[in-house]
Amino acid sequence: MTAGAVIHGTGTAGGASVGHLATGELDLSHGTVLTLDSITVSFDGFKALNDLSLAIEVGELRCVIGPNGAGKTTMMDVITGKTRPDEGGAFFGQTIDLTRLSEAEIAQAGIGRKFQKPTIFEHHTVFENLELAMKSDKRVRRTLRARLGAAERDRIADMLALIRLDGSTDRVAGLLSHGQKQWLEIGMLLMQEPKVLLLDEPVAGMSDDETERTAELFLSLAGQHSLVVVEHDMAFIGKIAKKVTVLHEGHVLAEGPLEQVQNDPRVIEVYLGR
Amino acid sequence: MGPISRTISRLYGPKAWTALAIAALVLFVGVPLANLVVPPSSPFHLSAYWVTLVGKIMCYAIAALAMDLVWGYAGILSLGHGLFFALGGYAMGMHLMREIGRDGVYKSDLPDFMVFLDWKAVPWHWWNTDHFWWAALLVVAVPGLLAFVFGYFAFRSRIKGVYLSIITQALTYAAMLLFFRNETGFGGNNGFTDFKRILGFPIATPATRMALFAITGAVLIGTLLLGRYLVTSRYGRILTAIRDAEARVMFCGYNTLHYKLFIWTLSAVICGIAGALYVPQVGIINPSEMSPANSIEMAIWVAVGGRGTLVGAILGAFLVNGGKSLFTQVFPEYWLFVLGALFIVVTLFMPDGVVGVFKRFKRTKRAADEAAATGIAPRTASTRTASHADSATASASMIATPGASEQPAR
Repeated sequence: MTAGAVIHGTGTAGGASVGHLATGELDLSHGTVLTLDSITVSFDGFKALNDLSLAIEVGELRCVIGPNGAGKTTMMDVITGKTRPDEGGAFFGQTIDLTRLSEAEIAQAGIGRKFQKPTIFEHHTVFENLELAMKSDKRVRRTLRARLGAAERDRIADMLALIRLDGSTDRVAGLLSHGQKQWLEIGMLLMQEPKVLLLDEPVAGMSDDETERTAELFLSLAGQHSLVVVEHDMAFIGKIAKKVTVLHEGHVLAEGPLEQVQNDPRVIEVYLGR
Repeated sequence: MGPISRTISRLYGPKAWTALAIAALVLFVGVPLANLVVPPSSPFHLSAYWVTLVGKIMCYAIAALAMDLVWGYAGILSLGHGLFFALGGYAMGMHLMREIGRDGVYKSDLPDFMVFLDWKAVPWHWWNTDHFWWAALLVVAVPGLLAFVFGYFAFRSRIKGVYLSIITQALTYAAMLLFFRNETGFGGNNGFTDFKRILGFPIATPATRMALFAITGAVLIGTLLLGRYLVTSRYGRILTAIRDAEARVMFCGYNTLHYKLFIWTLSAVICGIAGALYVPQVGIINPSEMSPANSIEMAIWVAVGGRGTLVGAILGAFLVNGGKSLFTQVFPEYWLFVLGALFIVVTLFMPDGVVGVFKRFKRTKRAADEAAATGIAPRTASTRTASHADSATASASMIATPGASEQPAR
């Protein structure tokens, strides 16, 4: 284990849990839902993430910005198990070590991810997309015999209304507009009932109206969920941001309220220097 | 609605069930009557040649169904399914060899090829194959186990697309070389042949032949219904989702390894059973069944019929093999050219196979009917353009990531 993990282990030693376990109950007693601790990821010598540390509070809505290549997507890859860090630790709550879990296990533990490019099941209907994403027993032998109950149908119907696709229930998802696909993917994420939502450029390709509604949706989700939003659209960030993290060359350059970050000379340098 | 009637209506609509019932009637009543009861002088008599040919093609159709489950639905293009087919065939073939008893050329307890090689005992891997039940177990277990182990490592390493196809191809080729060798105990390049009995019945009599034919027909229909059950379940929808966007499925919390491994192993088992039914009907099994070309042909059957439709796999197996029988009689030297041309034509112009063409025709007709009924100018031109665009992408992605060919109604 890394030095970072050891520090965490001692930090929780007095609590209910002892050290970090690969699996276990989600422990949010310390108010932190997601902790990245000195994460380093190198690709052939290039450090995509360089000693990155970040903590997300329970119910927080955090915006992450940064120029291209700053490591935003790699950070999400580490959190969701797609990429293993070379050094450092990633923890969900106090006890769940994300670096030891597979993508599927992390998703089941309660971390949902929206990709940069809308990734939905293009050949399935809108309804089926939500059905497959829904929180349920996801083992093979269960899905062989699974049938939708009334409560589950209601949940899907509610979600269809929330993401304003109730008019397209039986439409093949591939035929939706770009903005609708983004919304469907957000809906699929919510069907998983995650504690944390990682959203990679959620409003890319949306109309102004859709962007506005997405901002409202995210603000309403914060509180019950923790959201990490990566976005380039500063107008959108301005609408939703409380706390902003600026990434640059794989580590945190600045962190704080949007206004403070925007006036930070280092941030201005990074953005204007390009 | 009870659970059974619900399942029945989920699998197929009334029309398809009627068609299936008619097919069953032909297979289990029509063919036996025409072959065994109708006298040979009558124009309605069905000769033994036809019974064997259709029986053989039904075995291919079962293998094609197995192929469609992994390729059409899960997007895993195997070019080594001939291996699983042959393994099932070899397990059955060895039992048939043992059943010859002392009626062979050398009048020995051992099969002739072992006597010829001066072996004193049956090698370990053929232990207990004189019992039918043990051979039947091997038919299922050997392809299943091999597929499970191979699939586990391949899928865990996230090998997919052409890479997986090439590895499966290499696997069947390696197995073919192994089976060609005399010292490995698989009968060398002659394989197993000259069978006399199956379960005590003489193997070449019309009644035995008809029984094998009927069993094959029943297995074919059973496999179709099993496949249909799988693809209309939530499991089936997850499988097609894996084909289209595997990363999304993983991030939805599904362990895609298990999903792929299940269908892959099941598909291999079905192929093994098809091979076991094939051997007593054609009377021979040899390593050429494992040649890469045979496995590629299986993919062609499915592509011709229409991937991801199940019924298309059966149709494709019949069309291609029917064509093959015809061509090899009329113009034997041109068959391979025809086969190659067929694959090119299907890839370029019929990415969804024969079934896809039917569906497109039906869609266009319905659109025209609706237009006529409502008095609005027909929009067939634009419909055709749209489906043509579909075809182009589908054919481009045919090998690596096949696109969906069917939208099952929920």
